[in-house]
Amino acid sequence: MEHVPDPALRPVALASVTLGVAIGVFGVVFGVGAVSAGGSIAQACVMSLLVFTGASQFTAVGVIASGGSMASALGGGMLLAARNAVYGLTLSQIVGGSLLTRLAAAHMTIDETTAMATSQAGLRAQRTAFWITGATIFVCWNVGTLVGALAGSAIDPLTFGLDAAFPAGFVAMVAPQLRHRRALLTAVVGAAISLVLIPFSPPGVPILGASAAILLGVPRPDADDDPADLPGTAGVP
Amino acid sequence: MTWTLVLLLGAGAYGFKVLGLVLLGSRRLPPVVLRCLALVPAALIPAIVVSDTFSSDGELVIDARVAGVGVAAFAAWRRAPLIVVVVLGAGVTAVVRQVA
Repeated sequence: MEHVPDPALRPVALASVTLGVAIGVFGVVFGVGAVSAGGSIAQACVMSLLVFTGASQFTAVGVIASGGSMASALGGGMLLAARNAVYGLTLSQIVGGSLLTRLAAAHMTIDETTAMATSQAGLRAQRTAFWITGATIFVCWNVGTLVGALAGSAIDPLTFGLDAAFPAGFVAMVAPQLRHRRALLTAVVGAAISLVLIPFSPPGVPILGASAAILLGVPRPDADDDPADLPGTAGVP
Repeated sequence: MTWTLVLLLGAGAYGFKVLGLVLLGSRRLPPVVLRCLALVPAALIPAIVVSDTFSSDGELVIDARVAGVGVAAFAAWRRAPLIVVVVLGAGVTAVVRQVA
């Protein structure tokens, strides 16, 4: 099995390219959002290169766009980045090699690479899927960001409704997760907390306050709530 | 948006990745921590959507964005592709803003 030649990996390559196109579109939305929020083209691009975890970047820029402080933006972004530590636990079983290799792999520890790697059978296929997906997404995300940042600075974002492109992209991002009952309840509670806090607190704080909704994860899952279904925990040993 | 934010978030995000993959490795986290972390996107992303849609300078407002994001949410619920959801959200907002 270890020496099955590459035909077995063609579906992985195809899937990662398809995924890459979708990520590229998200990158464009991010680039537009970042410059609409007052960032420069360089700031948008460097953020995508260095942070390279979409939801965190969207959150940080979303807080800035709604007038929030840097501390709130950083706090929101870091909360969403924390789940990559959990993915790292899973991927440490898959990605071997020298310390340098693992430090490089760490940069690509995100939702998509974890999902693609853990869905393969056999260590070799898992490892290859991880690197192919990681490289493809890295390129697509950063090219998308550049295109979006250039486009966003060339036109008036409000005329084209681009301020709504950001939340619309978010809705598309979170929708698949909300098909699980507990995640849906968490979403409703988080949104309600945010809505209640908006008139009474500085921008950004409503989003941080919504993080209290994750405490709905404390009770043990009951029979119809399969823990393997919860986003982000699939394959965690 | 400042360079400080870009660099701090970059360092922090990479720190979490290295923590899991390189430092903790195969160690197990308590299941309750995993369950709560798994819910972070579900808790925060809708809060951001609400905040980006209904707030302006710390006030609750209802404007063209509500129509655009509402249509986008419907499209996402009907499993429309990402690009369709985003274009609908922006397009409807732009049209409503012109008309209003």
